[in-house]
Formats: sequence, structure tokens, C-alpha cells
Amino acid sequence: MGIVWFLLLALGLAAAWAGGDVEGFTKGALDGAGGAVTLAIGLVGMLALWSGLLRIAQEAGLTALLSRAMAPVMRRLFPEIPRDHPALAAMTLNVAANALGLGNAATPIGLDAMEKLQTLNPRRDTASDAMVLFLVINASSVQLVPATVVALRAAGGAAAPADVVGPTLLATLVSTVVGIAAAKVLAPLWRQAPAPAVEI
Amino acid sequence: MELVVEILGAISRWAIPVFLVGVPAVALARGVKIYPAFIEGAKDGLQVGLRIVPYLVAILAAVGAFRGAGAMDRIASWLQPALDPLGIPASVLPLFLVRPLSGSGATGLLAELIRSEGADSLAARIGAVVNGSTETTFYVLAVYFGAVGITKYRHAIPAALAAEAAGIAASIIVVRLVFG
Repeated sequence: MGIVWFLLLALGLAAAWAGGDVEGFTKGALDGAGGAVTLAIGLVGMLALWSGLLRIAQEAGLTALLSRAMAPVMRRLFPEIPRDHPALAAMTLNVAANALGLGNAATPIGLDAMEKLQTLNPRRDTASDAMVLFLVINASSVQLVPATVVALRAAGGAAAPADVVGPTLLATLVSTVVGIAAAKVLAPLWRQAPAPAVEI
Repeated sequence: MELVVEILGAISRWAIPVFLVGVPAVALARGVKIYPAFIEGAKDGLQVGLRIVPYLVAILAAVGAFRGAGAMDRIASWLQPALDPLGIPASVLPLFLVRPLSGSGATGLLAELIRSEGADSLAARIGAVVNGSTETTFYVLAVYFGAVGITKYRHAIPAALAAEAAGIAASIIVVRLVFG
């Protein structure tokens, strides 16, 4: 991100120098910084509201319920993992936490799942098929309500801030399905090296 | 198509009200002390909100300078002929490029898009859906693989980027269909 950030500034200066607007550069930077704080004030309240609601859901056991409901799907996606292996439960909980927008809770659970997947991995420095699939599902963001986006739109004066929720669900579904398909199709092309021979 | 649009609209309108009332209702029925639970969670949310302020300042100042100097207009006018036939506003392009690299960066770009073009503009809507339906791929890969010492990612990056590209394409198509 440091490079992207610097490129924005450097290209801006280059454009200003090459016949662009030098005063515009300065004004843009200062207005942007001021606008960021105004924006954050609107955002903080909504993030607090959402996080409070999610805490209630957690304490009511709704998150645990969701993880039980998703068990059959997880078993089909990861057939190579033994039925009752703890890795399955950890991955389910991570996906469920992500789906509910509990990003902060999801990451520690996800790392726990990775450690459990590592116990099944024959080569400790190389990603297993299950790890790649798990990460692709993670990276394709299965999220029921994109809270930050809705909050940003509300702060920006949208007529109906949540009207993007439906389209987001559909788009996220497409990206997840394509990601799972890509992970399954590409796996044999990057062959997993066999386990090193064990000396007896 | 009409029906799909109608259903998507209904989900959008009802999702948050149903969550706002449904979750506390179920929790109450299960004997959860909902008020202290809410306060505890809200404290966390407040901290997250404050933590992103420096990121927002950094990106909004840089993007402000970039745009103010006229650089964005120049790049947008170069790319417009390629994006126009596809119905993609050129101003969302930076968001597509930054999204896999930086979550806070993409959030900043979306905020800037909403500020400059209006929350209900086509560009801001596409940006909002892309932001909500994709993830910070490289961050996720680095953190998760790093945690267990995996150095050979195999097909993880191409598969994750395929998901990302599909999410962006789907976002554009759905937003254009629903909001025209």
C-alpha cells in the first residue's frame, strides 16, 4: 500500500507539473484530510451499532447455530478431511463469522483452522488443496451484510444506504462459486509434492 | 428479470431492519442480557472505527491531491474509450486495482467516490458492491499462510484472483441491471 500511496502523490505532482492544477493538488490534499475525519465521525456510530448487535447474536448462540447448519456443505467441499476432524469445525466457524461480518473474530478462528489443516498436510512448507480452497473462500468474502459499505453510503447521504445489499449478495455468490471452481480445477496443475520419504 | 430485481430490492430493504429486531428478539428469548452485550460489542466497534481514521486521512489526502492536480481526469479520459462500451465509469477503475492490495485503501477510495460523485451515482454504487463482495486477497494470503509457515502457495493466488475478477464483473453487471 505504501507504493500505491506514493504513486498517487507522485503522479498527482507529475500531472500538476505537466500543465495540471498545482493549487488543486494542495487544496485536494488538505480537503481530503479534513473530509476523512468528517467521514469517520459518521462511520464510528454505525460501526458501534453493528458490533453491538453482533455481540448479542454471539451470546445468544446464533453464531454456533449457523456453524451447525453449514456442516453438510463443508463436508462436501473438503472431502479429504476426516468427518470429525477439528479442522472442519474451525473452518465452518470462520466462514460463519465472516458471513456475519465479524472480521475481528474471524481472523483468530481462521488461523486456528490453518494450524489444524497443517496437521493433515504432508509437506509443511507447501499449501495443501484444502488450505488453498479455504483461503479462496475467505478471500472471496462471503458476507451477508457489508456493514462498512452501508455505513459509508449512509454517511455520504445515500437515499437508501442499504439498497446495495442485494446486489452485493449476488456478486459475492458469483465470486465464491468461481473461486471454488478455480481452486478445484487449478489444483492438479500445481501438483502437491509427495511427502518426503520417512527413514525407518 | 423483473422478479429478480424485485427480490433483490426486497432483500436490500428488509435485511437490516430484520436483523436489528430479530437478533435481540431471539437473544431475549434465550435469556441473554441484551443491553450489556450490546454495550460491550459497541465498544469494540468504536475502537475499530477510531483505528481506521489515520488510514482514511492518508488515502483521502493522497487521492485528493491526485484528483485536484487533474491526474485522475487525465487517466480517466485515456481509459474512457475502452471502458465506455462496457458501461463502466472510469472513476471506479482505481478501486478495482487497489481492492486486492489494501482493504483500508479501497474503503478510502470508495469514500472518495461517494464524496465526489454522490452516494447514489452509478460509479459509487459499483464501487460499493465491489467493496462488499470481494476481499483484500493478498493480505488474507499473507496472514493465513504466514501463520503456519507455508512459503509455497501453489494455485492460491490465481484462484483467488479469478474469484476477485468474477466478483468485479458480477458487481458491474448486477448494478447496471438493478440501478441502470
